Amino acid sequence: MTVVDRPATTPASSGGSSGPRLRGNLRQYGMIAALVVIVVLFEILTDGILLKPLNVTNLIMQNGYVLVLAIGMMLVIINREIDLSVGSVAAFVGAVTGVAIVNWGLPWPLVVVGALVTGGLIGAFQGFWIAYARIPAFIVTLGGMLLFRGLSMVVLQGQSIAPFPSGFRQLGSGFVPEIGAGDLHLVTMLLGLAGAAVIVWNDWRSRARRREYGLSVPAMQWFVLKAVAIVAVIGAFAWVLAVYQGLPIVGLVVIVLTAAYSFVTTSTVVGRHIYAVGGNERAAALSGIATKKTKFWVFVNMGVLAALAGLMFAARLNAATPKAGTNFELDAIAAAFIGGASASGGVGSVVGAIVGGLVMGVMNNGMSLLGLGVDWQQAIKGGVLMLAVAFDVYNKNKSK
Amino acid sequence: MPDHILRMRGITKEFPGVRALDDVNFDVERGTVHALVGENGAGKSTLMKVLSGVYPHGSYEGEILLDSRPCAFRGLRQSEAAGIVIIHQELALIPGMSIAENVFLGNERARRGVIDWHATSDETVRLLEKVGLREDPDTPVNALGVGRQQLVEIAKALAKDVKLLILDEPTAALNETDSENLLRLLRDLRDHGITSILISHKLNEVMAVADAITILRDGRTIETLEVADGVDEDRVIRGMVGRDLDHRYPPRTPEIGDVLFEIEGWNVFHPTVPDRQVVRDASLTVRRGEIVGIAGLMGAGRTELAMSVFGRSYGARISGTLRKDGRELHLATVGDAIAAGLAYVTEDRKELGLLLEEDIRRNVTLANLHRVSRRSVIDLHREVADAEGFLHRLRIKAPGVFTKTGNLSGGNQQKVVLSKWMYTNPDVLILDEPTRGIDVGAKYEIYTIVQRLAAEGKGVLLISSELPELLGMCDRIYVMSQGRITGELGRREATQEAVMRLMTNTPAVAR
Repeated sequence: MTVVDRPATTPASSGGSSGPRLRGNLRQYGMIAALVVIVVLFEILTDGILLKPLNVTNLIMQNGYVLVLAIGMMLVIINREIDLSVGSVAAFVGAVTGVAIVNWGLPWPLVVVGALVTGGLIGAFQGFWIAYARIPAFIVTLGGMLLFRGLSMVVLQGQSIAPFPSGFRQLGSGFVPEIGAGDLHLVTMLLGLAGAAVIVWNDWRSRARRREYGLSVPAMQWFVLKAVAIVAVIGAFAWVLAVYQGLPIVGLVVIVLTAAYSFVTTSTVVGRHIYAVGGNERAAALSGIATKKTKFWVFVNMGVLAALAGLMFAARLNAATPKAGTNFELDAIAAAFIGGASASGGVGSVVGAIVGGLVMGVMNNGMSLLGLGVDWQQAIKGGVLMLAVAFDVYNKNKSK
Repeated sequence: MPDHILRMRGITKEFPGVRALDDVNFDVERGTVHALVGENGAGKSTLMKVLSGVYPHGSYEGEILLDSRPCAFRGLRQSEAAGIVIIHQELALIPGMSIAENVFLGNERARRGVIDWHATSDETVRLLEKVGLREDPDTPVNALGVGRQQLVEIAKALAKDVKLLILDEPTAALNETDSENLLRLLRDLRDHGITSILISHKLNEVMAVADAITILRDGRTIETLEVADGVDEDRVIRGMVGRDLDHRYPPRTPEIGDVLFEIEGWNVFHPTVPDRQVVRDASLTVRRGEIVGIAGLMGAGRTELAMSVFGRSYGARISGTLRKDGRELHLATVGDAIAAGLAYVTEDRKELGLLLEEDIRRNVTLANLHRVSRRSVIDLHREVADAEGFLHRLRIKAPGVFTKTGNLSGGNQQKVVLSKWMYTNPDVLILDEPTRGIDVGAKYEIYTIVQRLAAEGKGVLLISSELPELLGMCDRIYVMSQGRITGELGRREATQEAVMRLMTNTPAVAR
């Protein structure tokens, strides 16, 4: 009796629980729907330039580093904190990388590892003040923002350093290697199909597991419909990239990180702790969760991802510059909030951060294609951010 | 013919999928204290929100007559202008501001936006006198105890020329003395022509102060009773639950085993005020299968004792010995305490117990995620299945395990918290005010669960401010006063008077 009995659930009773769940999913689908609307809108306004293979490839390369930051920022915001330093940290890591590779001639793979470690240490430094010394993250990372911006200028002595070796540049502007020499990038297509297969297979396995525990499973038609949709969307995406030069390395990095962090946040103990600490820190502590440690590691993680973003940016630019990463923190924060994060913590998803980042990216790209000036672009993006959050808050109040 | 200050006729209010109020009639006579009682979810708060315009005119059916004139409030400001003021359970005071500033908050004594501090101060003094609070109007509100803050709230209502005062669970956070003061004040105000509506779960208070009692159940008016006609508590309870509650505490034959858990010579100091000792040399034992009560007034150190034992989650300079099954325990963190088989159900569900934005499932497994995970990866399906097990076993009323706990009623929230701790499979459960703010029916269910846990051979420490609850549930009761355990009473010796005597007993400082 102390152990949980296998529940005597009837399909009807657990079917009842799918109601609110579906509603939660609908909100996520709503976000994706908004992205689709924006894509279609700009596709029409730009006479079909937006989704041309070349432009899709550009879109990925232009936004990769912001998406990487958005993933880390989402975790920080779920934890009910904020990190204003990521742009400066990215610049600083890029600067150090430039000096190490170009001036000192160190082998680039070694420098990449060193750069990620540096990012982690910076995150640990800030995380210590935030988690253990209890100084508000806004203050600590505002300090970090100024500190590391200043240090990047010191390291670079106000100059840009270039060029990087071609191996390193792959990280920003390379493509996954190709086998054979057809018009279609074969490896990209194979990766796409493999990815779709893994998702469908996971879905299938999850059905079996649900049955095992006596839970209701969605109808078979649903499953087939979903599987077909997944294969079609991923296949189309892979095809668009394959007719050009294939999947950019940046894209591969973002996809792998998204999958990995989605898994961590939804299905691991650590992920659950991050949500719990952000949702109600005191309740989490009284449930035996090491709240300070959780906060600390979220900032270490943010530091590593900021370093990765800095590397990707330097590689794409083929230069380390002291101005790199300016306003990246704001893009990342905006992406997280557009993607459904809540300022009161405990709410949000990694996929949401990516969708939010893509909304911003597609708007940037689309408005540039339309020849809209940077001034108007900024103003419109600001409006969209406010609108997205207002919509979310409105929905939340309505559901109460 | 009776003189009604308020008549609510045929009020029906629907939410998507739920009819919260169904043709409710509610008449309040001028110059009375009228109690509104009912289980959680019976519709009391909804009715008051309709009355005060939080749900604006047009979003409900029916009519409201104030002084025989129909009202169509579209917000709190309009209802306040008409003389209706609500005081909520959670006080609406700004902690850092002074009493005077709070009393006139949103109603400032000002000329062209510039505050007239003389008028503010003078009027505050006058109002404080009315509510029997002798404090300097410049005292910041956070320097006052909850009882006095409650009085400031009432002064604030009086400043708005209140005709009809509505109090929602005003004594939930008050100790006995403060509660009595407040109830006396309600009678005072009544004699000065202010009509009050009192919403309360504490029926003894309702019986003591109310002139009439209206009972709501499932969104319908069941009846209105005149207290003068000789109504007793059992009569009211019968109306609330729609059945006879012969026993408010489920019957039980305790099977008490060996000593399970011991606290010896426990001392705790205040975390920020270094010289203040909040627990002094406390020792107690709990046996297997035993329900042991801890009685005491607010500030006696009961919660502090429990939390400091539970992985040092409160206090500084903690000393003393803990033993379970005779073996000494060293619990430096909450994690240690959980691993050692302790569970602590917090006093404050919303602030300390639940993740309100998360669903039932995630709350249930939170304290023992390792039970559903392998190498730190959670088996999401097994988690759902386990949570559904609790949903059925504890009869948690919710559409499913994906319902947000923030949307549940108090009783169901408490059941989720209990599930969470049952999921850690503890040997010793410390329950801190487990039935606070919960309706009669849900209370009974919680008592049943607690007794079942004891019957399984667990030890239960029950902290409660309700004496009848302690007397009805516990095999033994420790009484605390000013940080010390001032006595221990067996089931037979424990009477309300005996416990109260020990609770108010000022212990000798030195031994």
